[in-house]
Amino acid sequence: MKTENREGGWLILLTFVAAMMLTIVPLPDLVRTLRPEWSALVFIYWCMALPHRIGIGIGWMTGLFLDVLTGSLLGQHALGMTIIAYLVINLHQRIRLFPLWQQAFIVWMLLNLYQLLLLWFDGITGQPSKGLGFWLPPLVGMILWPGIFLILRDLRRRYKVT
Amino acid sequence: MEETPIKLLFTQGPSTTARAVLLVLISITLMTLDHRRQHLQTLREGLSLLVAPIEFLVDLPVDIGHWIADSLASRQQLMEENARLHSQNLLMQARSLKNADLESENQRLRELLESSVKVADRVLIAEIYKVDLDPYKHLIRINKTARHGVYIDQPLLDAHGIMGQVIETMPAYSTARLITDPGHSIPIQVSRNGLRTIATGSGKINQIDLPYLPNNTDIQVGDLLVTSGLGGVYPPGYPLAHVTEIERAPELEFARIKAEPTAQLNRSREVLLVWSGDRIKHMKTRQLSTTAAEDKDSENREP
Repeated sequence: MKTENREGGWLILLTFVAAMMLTIVPLPDLVRTLRPEWSALVFIYWCMALPHRIGIGIGWMTGLFLDVLTGSLLGQHALGMTIIAYLVINLHQRIRLFPLWQQAFIVWMLLNLYQLLLLWFDGITGQPSKGLGFWLPPLVGMILWPGIFLILRDLRRRYKVT
Repeated sequence: MEETPIKLLFTQGPSTTARAVLLVLISITLMTLDHRRQHLQTLREGLSLLVAPIEFLVDLPVDIGHWIADSLASRQQLMEENARLHSQNLLMQARSLKNADLESENQRLRELLESSVKVADRVLIAEIYKVDLDPYKHLIRINKTARHGVYIDQPLLDAHGIMGQVIETMPAYSTARLITDPGHSIPIQVSRNGLRTIATGSGKINQIDLPYLPNNTDIQVGDLLVTSGLGGVYPPGYPLAHVTEIERAPELEFARIKAEPTAQLNRSREVLLVWSGDRIKHMKTRQLSTTAAEDKDSENREP
């Protein structure tokens, strides 16, 4: 059981590293604020597909890495990811059966919740307000979701990650 | 695909809520501690080491691009550049000759006045990592760390003016806040008439605001703003910005004044770290102490 469980862990790690690289890769000023939450998207996929392997603990760790990576308050992204993980774990059997567009909608809601939590703690710690542009990344995430889902599913099937 | 998870979830199911609550509580604790800054330095440093390879990978293409451009530059181009730099160097040398003279004269006059201002500053060149952090904050990562003597609150310049200040030093990099960050303020002076005020970041990379000047202030478009040195973070007399727009609205208490930073905030690849006055001596003792292998934490935290 243990050995079977480990299989393909490198692929999961690789996708997370890629997501984090996309999180900090320099973009032109115009599209900087549109950058979706790559790590959250990748995490939602893995959490939904393999809830017995990728759970709350890993979500929390990913969030902590994001905090250090983006220089935000330590624990801010971690908390958002924990909440996302909790919801996805509880809903994964339902979300899996949804058609892609409906999945994308759920992902949009999850990402909005994530942004809301980030905004909330920014507010508590006295960061200046960010305007309505702050709500665009979840929309971009929703639009990208079908693509991300298909790519990651193909990868998962090809390398037989279970 | 669907048969294994059900069985496995059963063994994990009941504890999910408890674990989620626990991790949320831990996150909140971490945030509280981190908001007070000092407590989590070691944890942050540890995590930053794990994250550093990712930053390195993102920065790599830019680095390789520079390297290729350098190696492919033609002889002709290099000769031209060499000639240009040579003449520029001559010019600078001539100017610095005069400058050295002026500096000593200034020092002499200041001694006469019994003022304690020190003119000499020490600088070190650092390179910016090409990574994007939070789009709503203006933060940059540089490749010099506490090992090189970088300290928190250290000012950062480029060839044209003040860029920002260091806010954290990690084992593999330091993070600095630019003057245009909305959470950043800097005490300044109008160089034409010595008027003192505070400039705050606007969140736009080419603009800072002067929100605390009354409508009848003597300030004009084109005025040069320099650091005043009050507050003790920035050395006095470095150029910061040119006033670009003044809006005197009679119904408001303060005039709305915008200025454009003289530093090339989003174009420079290299920045200068400055040690001024007491910090130079400080750094020398620090370098000695690092060779004597003292513990690093106490150094980082000196005020």
